[in-house]
Parts: sequence; structure tokens; C-alpha cells
Amino acid sequence: MQPFRKLTGIAAPLPLVNVDTDQIIPAKWLKTIRRTGLGRGLFESLRFREDGSENPDFVLNREPYRRAVILITGENFGCGSSREHAPWALLDFGIRCVIAPSFADIFHNNCFKNGILPIVLPQETVDALMEEAEQTAEPVFTVDLETQTIHRPSGNAPVRFEVDPFKRHCLLAGLDDIGLTLQRLAKIEAFETRQRLEQPWLWQRAG
Amino acid sequence: MSGPRTLFDKIWDSHVVDVQEDGTCLLYIDRHLVHEVTSPQAFEGLRQAGRRVRRPDATLAVPDHNVPTTDRARGIPDETSRIQVETLRRNCAEFGITLFDMDDPRQGIVHVIGPEEGFTLPGTTIVCGDSHTSTHGAFGALAFGIGTSEVEHVLATQTLLQKRPRTMRIRVEGELGFGVTAKDVILGIIGRIGTAGGTGHVIEYAGPVIEALSMEGRMTVCNMSIEAGARAGLVAPDEKTFAYLRGRPMAPKGLAWEQAVAYWRTLPSDPGARYDREVAIDASELEPLVTWGTSPQDVVPVTGRVPDPARERDEKRRAAMERALAYMGLEPGTPMEEIRIDTVFIGSCTNARIEDLRLAAEVVRRSGRRVASGVRALVVPGSGLVKRQAEEEGLDRVFREAGFEWREPGCSMCLAMNNDRLAPGERCASTSNRNFEGRQGKGGRTHLVSPAMAAAAALTGRLTDVRKLLA
Repeated sequence: MQPFRKLTGIAAPLPLVNVDTDQIIPAKWLKTIRRTGLGRGLFESLRFREDGSENPDFVLNREPYRRAVILITGENFGCGSSREHAPWALLDFGIRCVIAPSFADIFHNNCFKNGILPIVLPQETVDALMEEAEQTAEPVFTVDLETQTIHRPSGNAPVRFEVDPFKRHCLLAGLDDIGLTLQRLAKIEAFETRQRLEQPWLWQRAG
Repeated sequence: MSGPRTLFDKIWDSHVVDVQEDGTCLLYIDRHLVHEVTSPQAFEGLRQAGRRVRRPDATLAVPDHNVPTTDRARGIPDETSRIQVETLRRNCAEFGITLFDMDDPRQGIVHVIGPEEGFTLPGTTIVCGDSHTSTHGAFGALAFGIGTSEVEHVLATQTLLQKRPRTMRIRVEGELGFGVTAKDVILGIIGRIGTAGGTGHVIEYAGPVIEALSMEGRMTVCNMSIEAGARAGLVAPDEKTFAYLRGRPMAPKGLAWEQAVAYWRTLPSDPGARYDREVAIDASELEPLVTWGTSPQDVVPVTGRVPDPARERDEKRRAAMERALAYMGLEPGTPMEEIRIDTVFIGSCTNARIEDLRLAAEVVRRSGRRVASGVRALVVPGSGLVKRQAEEEGLDRVFREAGFEWREPGCSMCLAMNNDRLAPGERCASTSNRNFEGRQGKGGRTHLVSPAMAAAAALTGRLTDVRKLLA
């Protein structure tokens, strides 16, 4: 996984609530057996018209937001399906940080596994950042995971954010979870030995 | 660890392999269900790292999202779908995982076959790369959906890194009225707490209404926990749970069964156990419900009207309502029963079990009507075994003779990954779980309802209070 330390770039405002993963990437894109190439499907029904041409009204089709690396959006972002294709599509488009008042659990988890930083901030703070992203000609923000701060184009005081310390550590180092877990193999084996004794029926699957 | 514990606490505590300093737990996973859509990249990751599947015996795979529900003799015509199903087949062979392939009579929706086979057991941890894994919580199992990276993690290590979630108990008091079903209970709950109401929580459903539900009904309730934002829903295992599981192919047998049941009886929450949040719902106030918008929380009684955004004070919510109504092509104030529908979908991991089909068939039989002209009505059983049982009971004839299409099992029009989908602007009464924009096909308009209400809509050609047809 690509580490996430400091990200500087355009932030796009997406003032919608309850954006579900079907909207982030429709099901027809789920037929792939790869993780890459999903950027074209990102927000497909919002970004493209019936004939396949771009919808000029959608934020990611307008300059400077075409170059967005940060998305600022409404509450409960990423609700619905567990599809990891949602963060894969964001990543493929170039978005590596999403800022919202709240996220759905599975999407939130999936982001961290892919080097995307989801940041939860109070509604008023999100509103203020969204306004800045909307009203600045070149809204370049810097998200610094090391110091847990967001630096704003206006030069207003940086915004501090909280993040789970372990997830922060993994993102900063670009760590592979599986490798880490396998270092604790002895503990997994000890658990299995005990469970075999205490709940043997879980180890005698018929059929 | 002393003191009264909840059902959730007991399952969680008995699966912690290790705790990190910051509280993140390494949780052991007893059962892993795999399907074709969210697993290819996980197997590819294993291959690249030279890793094997740690517990093939605790893993069960089935293709369901992409499979055709019409004649399967010709395989899967759509190439990308076919490649995905073939990839699952190849991966299961390579890593030694049991697969119920498309021609296996046990094939079906992953959340229907787990319980049906007795793969789902009380007190276990169960995961699947699918958000509706919450379904299995009906058996008193801690079951939740995960992403593909976590699928790979479970395949490789049989564990997951998890923070302990908070707990919520939803007590459903009173008694269900005539024509009101498990689907209406969960839609009512989501309407009450909202689609983010359960975020960060595991919900335990309790109270007399939940206790009185069949296993199928409990599965319907737990299934849509994710639509309330919770990753998992739970119901305490009881005699009904044990009766359902007894004799299932993968359930314990003989002495092992006795040992297991003795353990399962210790699982229900202790008296006085504390929850982080408590909600009470009076079921006697529930009516058959229907959604009007593009979020599962957008529910109204079928006797109600399309709500008016002008009455919503919160600006963001008002904008969301206006957007939803524009997408749905609905005017505020329209009585729900005047809304005409084009399609009816009876199926999905929410409502495609035998009891759901019996209920829908009962509405058809008692009304004596046929599917309204111009309406396309699909019945898609949840599994090959559900289909076979329904046919043995003659339900397929009831449906067919009334003009419904009787299909092969799969996820079908719940998410339109196969050819079963809505055309732009088409309106559907659906027993599935999500009414999101484009969920059942680009531009399609979904109204979530119970199987009884879906059958009623098929027969009249509009959203209909099923109680009128049953009276």
C-alpha cells in the first residue's frame, strides 16, 4: 500500500448527504477481477449523461476540480454495499482524502486499506471547508497526517483532526495488515488449539 | 469480564485472539462466505504473496450476484460476468474451497445458503465480502460485511483487526397487526433511527415481536441492519433457532450437537446487561410500509402520502428530499396507493426464503387475481433448495398461473448485475433492501416493500395496502 503522509492539492465540494456506494461506483463496474481502471466509473451517473458525454454541471467535470485529490462531502458518506470498488474508484480517479461529518463503517475501513484518508470533522467545520473549496479560484489544501492538520488556501488557522492511532500508523508507513497479523501466528494457533477443545463442533464440519 | 454481559459481549470476548495497546483486537473468524464479486482481487493478492487459505474447511463459496435467473443451460452469455464466475471456480479449485457452482442444486444467494446448510451457527463470528452478511445475526452469530482487503486478510489469517463496536438494543414491543410483517418491522426501525442511526453499533433485536418471529423473519430483520448503518444485527438463539438448524447438512451431529446446544443456551444476554443505547418500538403502531425516496429511511405507511419537502426545516434534508422526489418522479401529497408500478421483484437476501414465497403466494391465491396487465412480475427464489421446496408445495404453479415469472436463484434485480434490471424511469415494487438511485438499473425507481405488499402491487398494478386484498 502506498503510504499517506502529506497530501497537497485541489479539494472538490460535493454537498450531498448519504452518498451511497452504488452512486460512488455502480454495480456494472463490479464485474472486474482487478483493482485498477475503475476511475471512469466513479460517480458515473452523476458525471456522465445518457449519451456518455460529461455532465458539465458535475463538480468533478469542472476546472479546477477535475484535478481534485480531496473530496469534501456530507454526512454518512459511503453508506450501503461493502464494495471496495468504491475506494478503488476514488483512488483511480486520484482522490486520496475524503472529508465528511460522518462515514459508513465499512467504507471508512476500506479507505484505510487502500491508502485513502477519511477525515471526520464537525458539520460546521466541514461546511466552512466546503465553502472555501467552492469559493476559492484554486482551492489547494494540504492534509498533513503526521501533524493531523488541514492547511487551508485562505491561510485561516489550520484545522486539527483526529484519527485512530493504529490506522494512522499503518497509513504513514504504508503497512500491509496481513504481514503484520502473520507475525502473531503463534497467538492464532494457540487460539485455535483452545477452540478445538472448547467448541469441537466448529472443527467437525460435515458436508 | 465479570458482571452481566450481552450476547454481543459473549461472542466478541470468546473470539479475541490478541489485543493491541490501543484496543484494536485481533478477532478470530469461524466462518467465511465467499462470492464471485468481492473475492477475485483477494485471491490474486494471496497468489502474489505466495499465501494459502488458512481454513478452507471454514470457507464456503457460491456465485450469486452475476448468475442468470433464466435458463442456465447456455451458461452466462455476458462475458465479464462469465469471467468473474469462472475466476471464482478456478480460485476455489486452486485453494481447496468448497464451491456450490451454478449447476449445484444448493446454489443460491450467499446469505440464504449459509443458514440453509447449517454453516451459520450461533455464537460464531461470520464474515463475507457483502454488507448483508448481517443476515446471519438472526442465529445469534456476530456476522458482518467486509471489503475485499479484509476478505484477503481472513483467507490468509482467519482473523480480522477490529475495534470493539458499541452496542444498541432495539426492543420491539406489542404485537404485529394483520398484514404487517418482519419487513415492515425493519423498515419501521430504519425509518425511526435513520440510515446512520446504527453506525458504529451492533444492534441486538429483542422483545416479544422478535421472539415471535420465525427464523426467516428474524433473518429479514437482521439483513437490513446495514441499512440502519449498523454492521451487524443479532437475535438471541432460542428453541426456534435450534429447531431450524437441527439436521442441516453442515450443522453438528450426535454428541457434538448436544454439546453445541448446551453452549448456545448460555449465549443470550444476561439480565441487567448494559447497552450503549436502547430504543423501543411499539409494533402495534406499525402498518404495512413502503419507501417513497432513494434512501431506506424514506418510509411511509402504504395508507400515507408522498411527503412534502416544504415541511422539512433542515436545509440539507430538504434538498435531499427534493432530489429524491425528482429522481422518483413523484409529487408531494400523492397518496401512496395511487402510484402505478411497472415491475415487481420478489427476491433478494432480504426476502427470498420459503416463508416469503409462501406469503406472497398466499396473497395471490386469496385474492384470486392475476398480475395486472402491463406489469412484469418476477419471483426469484433465494436458493435452489428454496426453489425446490416451493415447487413441492405448488407455489410455483400459483405464481405462474397468475402471470408471474418463476426464475432460477440469485441476487438478480436487487442490484442488477445480471440481465434482470429496470429500464430508466421504470418503477418497481421490490422486496429487496436498497432503493438507491440506479440500484436496480440506471434510472430505475424502487419502492421497498414486504413480499405480501409486492404481490399485492403486482395484482393491482399500483402500490396497494395488502390488507384490502386479504380482507
